[in-house]
Amino acid sequence: FTKKTIDDDTWTDLEDALLTADFGPDVTDAVIDELRASVAKYHTTDPADLRRMLRETLEERLSRLDSTLMLTNRPAVVLVVGVNGVGKTTTIGKFAKFLNNYGRSVVVGAADTFRAAAVEQLATWAERGGASIVRPQHHGQDPASVAFQTVELAQREGIEIVLIDTAGRLQTKSGLMDELGKIRRVIEKQAPIAEVLLVLDATTGQNGLSQAMAFIEFAGVTGLVITKLDGSARGGFVLAVQEQTGIPIKLVGQGEKIGDLTGFTPHVFVQNLIG
Amino acid sequence: MASFGNLSDRLATTFKNLRGKGKLSPADVDGTVREIRRALLDADVALDVVKEFTGRVRERALSDEVSKALNPAQQVVQIVNDELITILGGQQRRLEFSKQPPTVIMLAGLQGAGKTTLAGKLAKWLAKDGHTPILVAADLQRPNAVTQLQVVGSQAGVPVFAPEPGNGVGNPVRVAKDAIKYAKDKQHDVVIVDTAGRLGVDAEMMKQAADIRKAINPDEVLFVIDAMIGQDAVATAKAFQAGVDFTAVVLSKLDGDARGGAALSVASVTGRPIIFASTGESLDDFEPFHPDRMASRILDL
Ligand SMILES: Nc1nc2c(ncn2[C@@H]2O[C@H](COP(=O)(O)OP(=O)(O)OP(=O)(O)O)[C@@H](O)[C@H]2O)c(=O)[nH]1
Ligand SMILES: Nc1nc2c(ncn2[C@@H]2O[C@H](COP(=O)(O)OP(=O)(O)OP(=O)(O)O)[C@@H](O)[C@H]2O)c(=O)[nH]1
Ligand SMILES: [K+]
Ligand SMILES: [Mg+2]
Ligand SMILES: [Mg+2]
Repeated sequence: FTKKTIDDDTWTDLEDALLTADFGPDVTDAVIDELRASVAKYHTTDPADLRRMLRETLEERLSRLDSTLMLTNRPAVVLVVGVNGVGKTTTIGKFAKFLNNYGRSVVVGAADTFRAAAVEQLATWAERGGASIVRPQHHGQDPASVAFQTVELAQREGIEIVLIDTAGRLQTKSGLMDELGKIRRVIEKQAPIAEVLLVLDATTGQNGLSQAMAFIEFAGVTGLVITKLDGSARGGFVLAVQEQTGIPIKLVGQGEKIGDLTGFTPHVFVQNLIG
Repeated sequence: MASFGNLSDRLATTFKNLRGKGKLSPADVDGTVREIRRALLDADVALDVVKEFTGRVRERALSDEVSKALNPAQQVVQIVNDELITILGGQQRRLEFSKQPPTVIMLAGLQGAGKTTLAGKLAKWLAKDGHTPILVAADLQRPNAVTQLQVVGSQAGVPVFAPEPGNGVGNPVRVAKDAIKYAKDKQHDVVIVDTAGRLGVDAEMMKQAADIRKAINPDEVLFVIDAMIGQDAVATAKAFQAGVDFTAVVLSKLDGDARGGAALSVASVTGRPIIFASTGESLDDFEPFHPDRMASRILDL
């Protein structure tokens, strides 16, 4: 937006900016149509107005859903799911610390019994986050039984929050996706599930939508976590995810350190999206 | 995305109205190019690459080779396919081995891209081929990365050089350097160095990767990139090229439904060949990269 008046170049620049931020062609077209209408309606020619309108529309669209975490049950059971390598285990460590800072007691369940050293990795994070951990008795143990034992421990010892780590799985693997349904059912026999958090990596492109659809279907997702926003990726695909699924973003990860997790603030997110 | 229908069908629709017209007008071609542009963006190909690519396709689509073709739609699809394969590297390139063993292979990439898993896959594949590889635990950052590599090594039946515990303890440059000496002593003919995941914008961590490279002078530096990555592929690939100057690319997580436009972006922006595809979590899910298959996948041809 270097010009003094809005012209064709302004619109092209805007389109490029949205596409480069991973909004995807559909959302990009929709946002541009909306802004063209606003510019016509208010008879403005000033690119600064256009920039403000862009910010406002994105913030408004991202604010439509309630991003409050529902953790009032005791124990409040949170299941964390997502594709491989997005940051599930790390998020659990940071989240445990976050809850710990509010005086909540936390136990984490190592229901990723598959990936090499996943249990050890979670144990390191649990220690950093001030949480206790329930480990599988052997490699490859049924993840649902680890989840069961974790909830059981929380009930027995009066631990307030349960965070269950699961193995990464691509949304196209039906056997692995069915396994999530089983974990859910086993937990629900003991206690209602408070939140199912789907972790999405900000570097992801349009595949993020396919991930969200499948995990919603198989795992009953209630909230999104966007990780790796400390990098150069903008994460624009989450706008489409939020709008098409009606599921809000609840947490944001911005680094590999224990404190690098915050709640979701549309204003800050938009700032990161469009600068 | 699947719901959008594949490009061949969409182009066929665009061309249906043109039958019998003979030569394609610039307006006809513009419609076609718009469809191609959209398909590429849906596949996460980087915008700059899309622009350059569609520019070239447009030029060829307006030329005689199309207007004289019996079926202009098919001809344009063919051009698109050819151009894609050209960018993706035409023929395959193999792993470079050193004439003076050991061959040193360093892995680098963003967090969670699939480096440690790839280290195991490569080691297993090379061992099966009669090599005597060793894995090197030079990710001393990520919690329990060293343990993970040890587990992966035992699954691959390959030894792991891991003198430091990691989790923030130990110097990765030192470990990588010592590993080369160790491999020479023990007569391992391939050394595979796993490194911590790092962001393109993290100057300090990028310098560490450059220092590792300098210390071990690898024959191959493999940049591992997740097939699900979006437009950030360009910034990240450029940052790693400037930071560690990788020699080749490995595309991971191709077992999912990501269209993998990143392949085109990275190949086009860096000029480095993609040599392997990682296609699953088990150590056997690994194959040489096929540019022609990738072209079809990107455009759902
Ligand atoms: N820069 C950055 N790195 C992150 C963030 N969250 C996680 N990571 C890194 O991403 C990598 C993968 O994180 P994990 O927590 O192991 O991801 P996961 O989803 O549990 O992975 P799997 O269990 O293998 O599917 C690690 O190197 C983490 O340190 C983040 O917000 N920013
Ligand atoms: N489906 C699938 N999963 C993969 C593939 N390659 C790796 N993974 C999984 O992706 C996750 C991350 O893999 P890692 O090998 O730990 O990735 P990394 O690059 O070493 O991660 P950091 O060390 O944290 O930067 C793990 O859950 C792996 O099992 C693949 O080709 N397909
Ligand atoms: K990733
Ligand atoms: Mg994990
Ligand atoms: Mg690793």
